[in-house]
Amino acid sequence: MEFHALHDAPFIFPNDAHPPWSIMIVLYPYITGMVAGAFVVSTMYHVFHREALRPVARLAVVTSLCLGACATLPLLLHLHQPLRAFNVVATPSPTSAMAGFGFIYSFYMLVLLVDVWLIFRPAIVERAGTASGAWRGVYRALALGVVEITPRAAEIDRRLVHVLSVIGIPAACLLHGYVGFLFGAIKANPWWSSSLMPVIFLTSAIVSGIAVLMLLYLFLCRRSQMEPDAECVRSLSRLLWMFLLLAVMFEAIDILHVAYEREEEWHVIRALLSTKLRFSYLTLQIAIGSLLPLLLLPLPAFSRRLGAGLRHSIAGVAAVLVLVQVAAMRWNVVVGGQLFSKSFRGFVEYPVDWFGREGLLAAAVVLSLPMVLLWGAMKLLPVWPPSPESESGAKA
Amino acid sequence: MSLFELPILSTLGPAAAGGCASGGCGTGGCGTAPAERTSESSRREFLKTATTLTLGAMSLTLLPGVTAGDDTLPLPPHGGDGHGPAAKPMYGFLIDTTKCIGAGKCLTACRVENAVPDGQSRTWVERYVHYKDGRVEVDLVPETGYAESGEVQPAAEDVLRAYFVPKLCNQCVDAPCNQVCPVHASIKSPEGIELVDTDRCIGCGYCVQACPYGIRFMNHDTGVADKCNWCYHRVMRNEQPACVEACPTGARVFGRVDDPDSEISKRLATVPTNVLKQHLGTLPLTRYVGLTDEVT
Repeated sequence: MEFHALHDAPFIFPNDAHPPWSIMIVLYPYITGMVAGAFVVSTMYHVFHREALRPVARLAVVTSLCLGACATLPLLLHLHQPLRAFNVVATPSPTSAMAGFGFIYSFYMLVLLVDVWLIFRPAIVERAGTASGAWRGVYRALALGVVEITPRAAEIDRRLVHVLSVIGIPAACLLHGYVGFLFGAIKANPWWSSSLMPVIFLTSAIVSGIAVLMLLYLFLCRRSQMEPDAECVRSLSRLLWMFLLLAVMFEAIDILHVAYEREEEWHVIRALLSTKLRFSYLTLQIAIGSLLPLLLLPLPAFSRRLGAGLRHSIAGVAAVLVLVQVAAMRWNVVVGGQLFSKSFRGFVEYPVDWFGREGLLAAAVVLSLPMVLLWGAMKLLPVWPPSPESESGAKA
Repeated sequence: MSLFELPILSTLGPAAAGGCASGGCGTGGCGTAPAERTSESSRREFLKTATTLTLGAMSLTLLPGVTAGDDTLPLPPHGGDGHGPAAKPMYGFLIDTTKCIGAGKCLTACRVENAVPDGQSRTWVERYVHYKDGRVEVDLVPETGYAESGEVQPAAEDVLRAYFVPKLCNQCVDAPCNQVCPVHASIKSPEGIELVDTDRCIGCGYCVQACPYGIRFMNHDTGVADKCNWCYHRVMRNEQPACVEACPTGARVFGRVDDPDSEISKRLATVPTNVLKQHLGTLPLTRYVGLTDEVT
């Protein structure tokens, strides 16, 4: 079957003129991906004892928590009946992939919350004793009545964090792999329908989590006039390069497989990539967001000759490019899949508004909110690692 | 310290809790200081309470009555005696593309009957024009029909052949829209007709994405998913769907496929028919006469 009509004589089904998923559905996997990715970085330290990541281990869980707290916001803004949102957990349909969201998200957030509480419990208890005024009350409330700290209790906390982090790894993978499945399991849409979609989403999630942490770490160090830990940046760069390579590889396999088989869906996808997604896919996602950082990252990751300042600058630039790549990938998947009609004979105009519940301004607010939360969390909790002396004192 | 000495795991049972559970703490046998015991005890209590509350809240969703459960409606009152085919009539829809003249009467009838907002459609009619130079053009039949639309029509001498293809819900036996709905708002009637529970729909749009035929849409007026339901309300009153009643040429045939004497059963028994996008395996109940490869 030929789809020349995609160009020559366009025809779209009447209901396809109104794409049901807005830019909020682009943000949802973007934010959720960073949630999962940041948590994976923290587990690199807490479970796999990658000591180089110690400077960002606490920052990683707090970032994951702040992003996670905002992950449902774009969904709520998107729902046409937001007051019925709890139907998803109250009356879930077992056949629906989407129905799993409430449970998977709740479970993950519960693990994350307890994890964060245990990691920061010593600091909370200490501040509950030393802070004054209202802050004292806040910390006492955060301590949840467990105010004693002993070496034995600290050891139990440490082991519980280990157990929760181990549980959290599959939970984080499930959280984002499942988001990929939501798209990959839609056989009506040839641009989405792929068994590789969960893997692609998961690897890109880890990539975005590492990138956002790298940026945050470099930014916070600069703001507090602190020299970034060279080994930490090196380790993050290596992880970022490795997972980016994996993500790009899976994305390439997916598209090359369809292109080589040349089944009917390829005619749609080829037309899509060569017209509507030419800039966002070929330029942003592939050239600027994938190939460029893949070339840049080996410098901060492996070079011993370059100066620390230059290495860190390159790592920061690469992290920005990677975040652009993942944002472009989410856009290309979510929006790209709605740019052609299911008649396969014509393209659809995708409206993007500035204002309104699902407009660009609302999207900017949703994206900024986790950073505002993080700013607040950093006022409340010490995200930088305690000095080795104080830790060894607690272990004694 | 073994893993089972961890407070959260010690709740698994006395054996798992080790010495503390056997009363060793009371004698000071485990060597735990009183302050530490208080700390662990309160944390243990907290984790116990939190876990119990969380699991309790989650288990509420499993109670009958809380979950919607089966997505099949209870059988509505019908003409049958409650046994056999009459209790569960099976319906079918046949579109004869060779009879459709693109009058557009069905479109208006549907819009009026179901209060479909402007710019959205529960049903539409496509016109396929094959030109002598090999081009194939597709467009939508206007609700007024071509005669009153004022559109410039293709020159007859350039056209090889042309035909009309009405589209409506395919009422798939294995409906993707039903499968993906997260809240049981997509429900199948006992007669196999796919319906939308507008009081339950959360307006996520997943069903719209999942329908391969572009039939579903988010109703601009109601803010919930909408679709053709073969005029279920009319069918339950033993009436024909509005579009069928309005069709001047009998291109749309609706009826009981479990009744061998019905018109649709006789047509299906004698005329070769096909379904849309058969390769997707959705098993549509809407069948077509004269479907060509160009139709998607």
